[in-house]
Amino acid sequence: MGASSTLLMVSHGHCLLCLLFSVVRFIYIKTFNSFDSFRIKSLPSLPSLSLSPSLVLMDRRFPFKVLEHIFSFVDSNEDRNSVSLVCKSWFETERRTRKRVFVGNCYAVSPLKVARRFPKMRSLTLKGKPHFADYNLVPDGWGGYAWPWIEAMAARRPFLEEIRLKRMVVTDECLEKIAASFRDFKTLVLTSCEGFSTDGIAAIASTCRKLRDLELRECIVDDLGGDWLSYFPETSTSLVSLDFSCLDSEVKLSDLERLLSRSPNLKSLKLNRSVTLDVLESLLRRAPQLVELGTGSFSDELDPEEIAKLTKALSELKQLKSLSGLWDLLPEYIPLLYSLCPRLTSLNLSYATVQMPDLIDLLSRCSKLQKLWVMDLIEDKGLKTVALCCKELRELRVFPSGADLDETDVTLTEQGLVSVSEGCPKLESVLYFCVQFTNAALVSIAKNRPNFRCFRLCVMEPFAPDYRTQQPLDEGFKAIVERCKDLRRLSVSGLLTDKAFEYIGVHAKKLRMLSIAFAGDSDLMLHHLLSGCQSLKKLEIRDCPFGDTALLENAAKLETMRSLWMSSCFVSFGACKQLSQKMPRLNVEVIDEHPPKTRPDSSPVERIYIYRTVAGPRLDTPEFVWTIHKSPEVGVSRLSIR
Amino acid sequence: MLSEEELQSNVSVASSPTSNCISKGGGLKVHNYFGLSDSSSVESSTLSGNVEDDKATISLKATELTLGLPGSQSPARETELDEKPFFPLLPTKDEIFSSSQKNIASGNKRGFSDTMYTEKNWMFPEAVATQSVVNKEVTQNIPKGQLGTLNNSSSPPAAKAQIVGWPPVRSYRKNTLATTCKNSDEVDGKPGSAALFVKVSMDGAPYLRKVDLRSYTNYGELSSALEKMFTTFTLGQCGSNGAAGKDMLSETKLKNLLNGKDYVLTYEDKDGDWMLVGDVPWEMFIDVCKKLKIMKGADAIGLAAAPRAMEKSKMRA
Repeated sequence: MGASSTLLMVSHGHCLLCLLFSVVRFIYIKTFNSFDSFRIKSLPSLPSLSLSPSLVLMDRRFPFKVLEHIFSFVDSNEDRNSVSLVCKSWFETERRTRKRVFVGNCYAVSPLKVARRFPKMRSLTLKGKPHFADYNLVPDGWGGYAWPWIEAMAARRPFLEEIRLKRMVVTDECLEKIAASFRDFKTLVLTSCEGFSTDGIAAIASTCRKLRDLELRECIVDDLGGDWLSYFPETSTSLVSLDFSCLDSEVKLSDLERLLSRSPNLKSLKLNRSVTLDVLESLLRRAPQLVELGTGSFSDELDPEEIAKLTKALSELKQLKSLSGLWDLLPEYIPLLYSLCPRLTSLNLSYATVQMPDLIDLLSRCSKLQKLWVMDLIEDKGLKTVALCCKELRELRVFPSGADLDETDVTLTEQGLVSVSEGCPKLESVLYFCVQFTNAALVSIAKNRPNFRCFRLCVMEPFAPDYRTQQPLDEGFKAIVERCKDLRRLSVSGLLTDKAFEYIGVHAKKLRMLSIAFAGDSDLMLHHLLSGCQSLKKLEIRDCPFGDTALLENAAKLETMRSLWMSSCFVSFGACKQLSQKMPRLNVEVIDEHPPKTRPDSSPVERIYIYRTVAGPRLDTPEFVWTIHKSPEVGVSRLSIR
Repeated sequence: MLSEEELQSNVSVASSPTSNCISKGGGLKVHNYFGLSDSSSVESSTLSGNVEDDKATISLKATELTLGLPGSQSPARETELDEKPFFPLLPTKDEIFSSSQKNIASGNKRGFSDTMYTEKNWMFPEAVATQSVVNKEVTQNIPKGQLGTLNNSSSPPAAKAQIVGWPPVRSYRKNTLATTCKNSDEVDGKPGSAALFVKVSMDGAPYLRKVDLRSYTNYGELSSALEKMFTTFTLGQCGSNGAAGKDMLSETKLKNLLNGKDYVLTYEDKDGDWMLVGDVPWEMFIDVCKKLKIMKGADAIGLAAAPRAMEKSKMRA
């Protein structure tokens, strides 16, 4: 139901009541027909209303306890957000029952507000830096500090059990605070975070008695040694998931063995590279119940006896579904993995520099594979095998191996992706790095696989046109967005004109995240996107020639989005000022070494990050980030309180 | 292991000079992206001095365009796909060397300017020296084909694009792959004294090479090996594989060049500092050397130690 028709209904109180009543009745009935899992379809987003007498009547009919029970079936936060907009009593009930809180931009709201709003929160997920920080486009010290959140939660929500952070700066102090403040702390997952050392990990390990999950995914850690592992108390038996694959230093084997022996619930273990192959057998023997395994380095020389023992240990992993790590995997060791292949649903070979014939060898045995991450060493031929053998495939990522020029070319072309899209009916998520592409291939792919939800194509050569026709890739991406109606995430690349973005604006109605680099001709490009893509939440653009007009014309759109990142585009400082003044609930942040104040309004701004917020300008900006002030006289400010 | 050290240095949070990217010495000042019209004249004069070095197919005019601010030039890109003057992804040789100043005093942290674009624009290959491994991977990830042409031959392209954050591969992955590649070169089933590969780059060269430091026993051997490797780029007018280089050059010519006239050999040590090669004993050198770079003499200003460097600081590019 569109927003306008909903509003129409709102103005008719009676209709509204019927709607609400029928919805609640629907839920009520469903509740008492006991399901195992229950999902409410997304409720239309209604503006909040003050209680009218009729609603109060309804309130009496559905007391808090009943509503509470009903809402306990509402899982997704999006649905919960919709629910909380219906009326004040629903808002209150919902907020008091929400257990898992997700904040997509840590600067969009203040930690205090969140802590106060959700008294029963047990799990907090936060994201900090913009996505392009992954690619070195955001200088160090930009922000994304976890401390204010940890501090606020520690003071007010001591029953917090899970903290998941992505792209944030986490210090040892934060980790120690977590360890000290949350009695029942169970889960710590840090993805792409930085700022802490292994001392902080040790604090968590030693103090959190009920720790279940400790996962460090691709973090930058100040690695002071492998002692942290020994800090798990001998009495701790609760561990379910341990991921220290991003650490460098060696942990003591005996510590690890003992930990595994006393952790019968351990389902996921991801070792770091310094765990050598010769000790793997002894570890696996102690954890045959593993469902996910990330090996260490897979390249030592083993004698035949050791190989036999390891083969046996691997074959004992009857429940193993996911395999990763495999650093330095030697081709001669691939047969060791054969016993695992038939059961594998997830395989990450993206750090294994294994050549195509060996990959084929391995993948042809993985008939149940759903998720495959691999390097472009797989080549078209390897992907053809995947298309033939891995019919359950849902997610494919092909990374560039970055082979030196002296080595032979890798023949991975667009044909590889076409084959997979033909052969794998369930494929819905793709990340594909390729040197060049064609429109024809994109059209084929779209025809074969209209069920894509995530399509990220990185044509590595910027501005590369269709190499057969020399045309821009507009038509290809048009096919993708036209046919894939469920597309949520898209990354485009190659030579693209404004037309491509017109197509995206018109067709990609469910698109939530869009990444663009080196594309477009003019302001129209941005205009098409901002005026067209209804569901757009995150837009990140680099090196595109659009300017002020499109941005200012579509300013209102930005408040419906989580964030907009623009770097190396033609947006002027004056436009940023205007935007900021026009839109009070946006933070317009300029990343620049010199204060924009000293520059004329017409000067282009190198990097801009715009996001909606109810927390006002942030107070922790470094010297190179400038928040454009709302009032014209002030201009820019850098409020810096450490 | 070198690999561990590399990862370590990227990881450690040691305090490093934050104002590291501005070098005060020498003729080149780092301008940031807002180097406006007043400075563009400076750079065009620097630029014109290097026209003779220009081996790229991009004309001088196109080069000039690329150095200006995006807003001040009209996009000419639509007209000529091959040239792409506006977004100068194909680096001009001159730009590569002149921005090498930024190598000096690179800490472990990614300083602000390392992620900024100088008005040399995106062509600071070693400027992101803090993430030096990353950058090298960026270099390598750029496809071998020329713009718009399918290139399956083994000949390298005329110029290599080096852009910050492109292709979009996470630093973590790049770092890991860097060490993986190194290891896979070493591993031939026999562990033993592992090879110690370091990357060697040269100002003006379109791509990097790797050398195994353990295969040499002294500086002399290293030097001659490098000379052989980089002969092509120093003297040839070639942009491609070195075919042109063979007929023209003599070793002695190159020796002269490398030994003190125009080029110096420098290395980046564990701390991220760039030093002149030759000052420490060979064994120690192997231990600390992380990367090698053949710089033009003028750019070696400010590097540690040798008196040679002082002399050179008086030279102009």
